Amino acid sequence: MTASLTTDEVETVDQPSGHRQTFAEGIRTWMENVRAGDIGSLPVVLGLIVITIIFQLQNDKFLSAQNLTNAIVQMAPIAFISTGIVFVLLIGEIDLSVGVMSGVGGVIIARLLVPDGNEIHWTLAVLAAVIVALVVGGIHGWFVARLGVPSLIVTLASLFIGTGVVLALAGQQGLIRIQDPTVIDIANRFLPDGVGWVLALLAVVAYAASLLIADRANLAQGLAAPSWATFATKVALAALFALATVAITNADRGFPLIGMILAITVVFWMTVAERTKFGRHIYAVGGNAEGARRAGINVDAIKISCFMIASFMAAFGGLVLASRLRSVDNSAGGGNLLLNSIAAAVIGGTSLFGGRGKITSAVQGALVIAAVESGMGLLGWPSDRKFIVTGCILLLAVTIDTLTRRARQTSGRA
Amino acid sequence: MSDRTPLLEAKGISKRFGSVHALYNVDLTLHAGEVLAVVGDNGAGKSTLIKSIAGNHRIDSGEFFFDGNPVKIHGPKDASALGIEIVYQDLALCDNLTVTQNMFLGREETNGLGLLSEATMQRKAAETMRSLSVTTLSSVNQNVARLSGGQRQSVAVAKAVMWNSRAVILDEPTAALGVAQTRQVLDLVRRLAERGLGVIVISHNLHDLFEIADRFLVLRLGQSIGTFDRATTTQQEIVEAITAGALSVVPGQDVTHLDGQKASVS
Repeated sequence: MTASLTTDEVETVDQPSGHRQTFAEGIRTWMENVRAGDIGSLPVVLGLIVITIIFQLQNDKFLSAQNLTNAIVQMAPIAFISTGIVFVLLIGEIDLSVGVMSGVGGVIIARLLVPDGNEIHWTLAVLAAVIVALVVGGIHGWFVARLGVPSLIVTLASLFIGTGVVLALAGQQGLIRIQDPTVIDIANRFLPDGVGWVLALLAVVAYAASLLIADRANLAQGLAAPSWATFATKVALAALFALATVAITNADRGFPLIGMILAITVVFWMTVAERTKFGRHIYAVGGNAEGARRAGINVDAIKISCFMIASFMAAFGGLVLASRLRSVDNSAGGGNLLLNSIAAAVIGGTSLFGGRGKITSAVQGALVIAAVESGMGLLGWPSDRKFIVTGCILLLAVTIDTLTRRARQTSGRA
Repeated sequence: MSDRTPLLEAKGISKRFGSVHALYNVDLTLHAGEVLAVVGDNGAGKSTLIKSIAGNHRIDSGEFFFDGNPVKIHGPKDASALGIEIVYQDLALCDNLTVTQNMFLGREETNGLGLLSEATMQRKAAETMRSLSVTTLSSVNQNVARLSGGQRQSVAVAKAVMWNSRAVILDEPTAALGVAQTRQVLDLVRRLAERGLGVIVISHNLHDLFEIADRFLVLRLGQSIGTFDRATTTQQEIVEAITAGALSVVPGQDVTHLDGQKASVS
């Protein structure tokens, strides 16, 4: 702390340099950030590694191609729902209705697709679910932003109402089978080996290009850009991850179609959150709503939009879940789906206090939860222990968040 | 100085909250390039006056002139459009955003695709900081949460002046700052005036104000006691004006009749 204080006094504001940092400078910047409590996705990545080692030692099927491919399909619904949750957490609110909202979305789609002569095209069925979700999200946001009702209560009420709606729509038998081939394909289709490789390469090239474009913009404005070594490390890690994933899944049934849809969705929402005015304003509202209002930001509109995104992504998750199970029953969206979705966002590093968190945290957290469930499933552990372990991981994640937040508050304050 | 057209002039400003007269027939004149200190005891009407100028309170009667032209200030947007910016005591910064992100909040620059132009904004933020000689900040790319009180104040002031503003109002800029940081902020205020901005400063600290202010406007119980030139006044005289300055209307007397007459003059 004293070190940072003295540099504050001596250094001047970013003198125009327009150079690439040396590798040592890059390491130093990173170390400074870590010391200031800005640890990014470090805990969740370390956690995943630890979980992997533990389960692989217990059962060598854990890292098998089949199990890893299954994990992608299993985590997808949680990852979609959790992505929406992140937006609501970013503005410092909560949405307890996303689990049941996914059930409502699924049951609407399933009902409209029942081949009884009145069935409609699957795109229209999905559209209907999306519209319902956006309206419900808008209502949540309106109650919270305009009327000031706590989001905990608004969405808890919605949880009850949605549970009733699912029961009503699931009908007499309490289960609707899905027979539409396209909807079933969403979570049950695997890409041909070649397509998987091409997509992995395209993803790596796109990632490298995005880094270079950002660096060029920095250099053009006379700002420092990360070193070539940093660039190479990032691209190499991304390539290793993408190619390994495709290699493993190709050894089984191939890369799941839903994995590709998930990746595209996450990149889309990341761009919205981190590269657009709208996203910046979401973080501002979460950080200081009054400050955001004085800066001319329409705080109510931002809040309402976030609740709409949460409901929308929940309905989308419901579609994926319905596709994976090939049916929707009257308990759709119940169970621990809600708890897992919120836990995923928090385990991934999104703060419950608003203003801090990344969209990728949803996927990282969902991966942790899927890994724990799958690992304990392989070991034949009963559900009771799954809940206990998941609970402990959640507590650990929130504790790390709270402690690093304290580090951030004390660091750099003279 | 008085020969020139004032940058901002407020005449006969009155404002009441229910039966309380927060401001009564107050005049204020601000020239470009000067620091005007508004002083007074708690409840004297300082905050009400600057909030009226910033458009956060609607005045009951009175007139504003900007560059000599009559203007209406009905909301914060009207004030911003004229080039009047206010920095409140709580600064209204977002701790989770960087210095640059805070300075551009609500006015972000985007490229053709609608994506944020981060690098351009960073350069401009750093340039503004340099032009204000804010040298205590190591990077405009760090979160505001990591800054000291004085640095935060500098960021809030820089945010206010980077939009071609012509008048800046600072509410208690040195409250809760240490000695060295107070020094930084006082220097910054002087530099704003040297750049040709009109600066209004509210503070309780007369000692600080005597270092930076050109003139003092003393308020007492919502009324103007008068303005004093720093060159010809003393702290003693200001303190007397604050605590015992002669009022044109004595509280307790029914001022509502007078109010109607006086307000209609303007």
